[in-house]
Amino acid sequence: MPELGRAALAATLGLALYALVAGAIAARTRRRRLADSAQTALLLTFATTLVATLVLLAAFARNDYAFVYVWELTSDRLPILYTLAALWGGQAGSLLFWLLLLTIYSAAAVLLNRRSSRDLTVWVVPVLATVMLFFSFMLVFVSSPFATQAAPEDGRGLNPSLQNPYMLTHPIFLYLGYVGLTIPFAFAIGSLLARRTDERWIVTTRRATLVAWTALGVGQILGSKWAYEEVGWGGFYAWDPVENAALMPWLAATAFLHSVMVQEKRGMLRLWNMLLVILAFALSIFGTFLTRSGILSSVHSFTESPIGAWFLGFLTFVVVGSLALVLARLPLLRTRAKLESLVSREASFLYNNLLLVALTLTILWGVLYPIVHEAVVGEARIVGPGYYNFFLKVFGLPLLLLMGIGPLIAWRRASLRGLGAAFAWPAAIALATGAGLLALGAGSSIPGLIAYTFSAFVLASIGLEFVRGTRARRALAGGSWPAAFSALVGRNRRRYGGYVVHAAIVLLAIGIAGASAYDTVTESRLARGETLAVGDYRLTYTDLVERQGANATLLRARLDVARGDDELGVLEAGKNAYTVERQVSNEVGIRTDLLTGTDLFVIAEQINPDGSVFLRVFVKPLVNLLWLAGFVFLFGALITLWPDAREQRRLALRYQGTDVPARL
Amino acid sequence: MSLALLLGALLAAACVVLVALPYLRRDDAPELLDEPGELERRRLELAEARDRALAALKELERDHRAGRVSDTDYRALVGPLRREAAEALRALEPRAAGAQRVKAPPPG
Repeated sequence: MPELGRAALAATLGLALYALVAGAIAARTRRRRLADSAQTALLLTFATTLVATLVLLAAFARNDYAFVYVWELTSDRLPILYTLAALWGGQAGSLLFWLLLLTIYSAAAVLLNRRSSRDLTVWVVPVLATVMLFFSFMLVFVSSPFATQAAPEDGRGLNPSLQNPYMLTHPIFLYLGYVGLTIPFAFAIGSLLARRTDERWIVTTRRATLVAWTALGVGQILGSKWAYEEVGWGGFYAWDPVENAALMPWLAATAFLHSVMVQEKRGMLRLWNMLLVILAFALSIFGTFLTRSGILSSVHSFTESPIGAWFLGFLTFVVVGSLALVLARLPLLRTRAKLESLVSREASFLYNNLLLVALTLTILWGVLYPIVHEAVVGEARIVGPGYYNFFLKVFGLPLLLLMGIGPLIAWRRASLRGLGAAFAWPAAIALATGAGLLALGAGSSIPGLIAYTFSAFVLASIGLEFVRGTRARRALAGGSWPAAFSALVGRNRRRYGGYVVHAAIVLLAIGIAGASAYDTVTESRLARGETLAVGDYRLTYTDLVERQGANATLLRARLDVARGDDELGVLEAGKNAYTVERQVSNEVGIRTDLLTGTDLFVIAEQINPDGSVFLRVFVKPLVNLLWLAGFVFLFGALITLWPDAREQRRLALRYQGTDVPARL
Repeated sequence: MSLALLLGALLAAACVVLVALPYLRRDDAPELLDEPGELERRRLELAEARDRALAALKELERDHRAGRVSDTDYRALVGPLRREAAEALRALEPRAAGAQRVKAPPPG
């Protein structure tokens, strides 16, 4: 059925082209039937892309090696879930998955807004169609997943590091994030094209932006867990360009989600918000370009890659085109409101934005520098974790502190006396925490100590916010404390959901500081019966066992773990030898202490023919807070995302123009 | 012709028919889409300014009640915010003529 897949993708290309041309003419001439027709074409791209995706999935399910893409990524012995997930395991399938998600997001955006924001949606259609046109063009002419061959006996198998349960979820979330950023971008550009001066594009895309940002955040946490368990070097984030590719748009979107509040509350930062939306989208395209163009291997592989130059061209078009439009519409983006004080909520958001953008651009330069250096000097260079960790401390620690300061300052301006009263408790708790940790010996890492002190400040200020808010709510409406708390959060979902997200970031900071600044590592070669001590733990190597898995031979060193007088059980670490792929992977052993959040992390670096093993063992304090932070982050984001019927009614009335002016 | 090619052709034909449907359907809706005029755009801006001012006032009251904003800061902020809200409301008064509305003082 490859012909059907190709036909479906060609139909998507045709529909996207029609939606672009007809949509642009309709937006300009206001012709209703043409606009409806363009919208229908855009909606139909979902159906045609779905057909193409189903054809490819069916080929995967049947192990149909006549499809080159299926042959390259699967084998007869690969478990079915990994076989299906191989859809996004390679270049062409990833592009198809990108396109499918884009058609879903686009259809949802058009269907939800075509009545309530029709005059804006009519301009959004050609923008979405442009992005769709690029991806469908790539799939039809440059990198087709439907290339065929005479079917070989068996496939080449899937990269062992992709054979992990996180492979089933992590890419989905990342792509949901990357692709989702197209929606705020399309509405922002549509708003500029339509010469709109109101904030409807922000209100309309608020939820889509949050969905994309949440997905990108969850995707990165899942990716860290995957790297931690599967890649097996003892860390969770290596500042790899592919990891950075997801972090950069997330940081830009985080800046946007904060600065957009300043526009909503004070009517300021219109131009800045427009630039942030463009930056976030451009970085999401850049991320896909980075991972798919081959430029990370070397500049030479980029020139050989069929998609590299196309992506670079599209990225240039997006950036130059968007900036030219912003320049042309500059008078519409002028703000009349001014920053009244450098000590105000909006000023703290501004500082937060500057730090986030500085961090984003620093990471971007770290990613680009080796590429630029190789292109100019002809010699490969590596930017190591030292560079990124330095800037993470320089920009990240003040950002952490600002998360605690921001909520305590009033909008517009605050007096020093007022600030003193607001900061008294959180500052006292932070100082007490810092002093306590110093006394306990945490001074071995100054950045770690600062991170913990700032984290205590932020958690105290968040806690205080909830307590004060609940008390005030109870004083106003009466009722029990839980009822007042519930009403407080229910009536201010964005604010209190945001605080929960802040708490997640604090947990993340504590986990990162604990696992990287206060970890212990030991390595040694052990023969059977020998013992290794690391931190409070003792590991005794007892045996080497071999098992047969579905598509690999599993070799495991068995270790008895003890702490003090307590026997904690058996831990296994070893290697998998994948038969079809002819590759060997490290399979780490992890023992989690749920009470302290500490992991005992064992890598069997080398298994020798005489039965001895070379082990590298880490004790990573608080590392499990990282994964807990993922759940808290998702919970906070869901609170923020949960629809607020009262606000939706108010906004609908505002934009329908039927609201009666409210009275004070 | 293979089944795949036939299905592909059917898919393409269905797409063409559906895209052409707005031209094939008969309805009484106007042929041209509404476009917000200068007055409507200004009304929207004013409605946003009004909502912004009212929300700021509400938030200030809430923050003051919760103890986030001191009495001194509250007194300094509440006056200008009330004036801003009143101006935004006045600009949207139904009795104000369209021309007057357009000339209303800018928000913020």
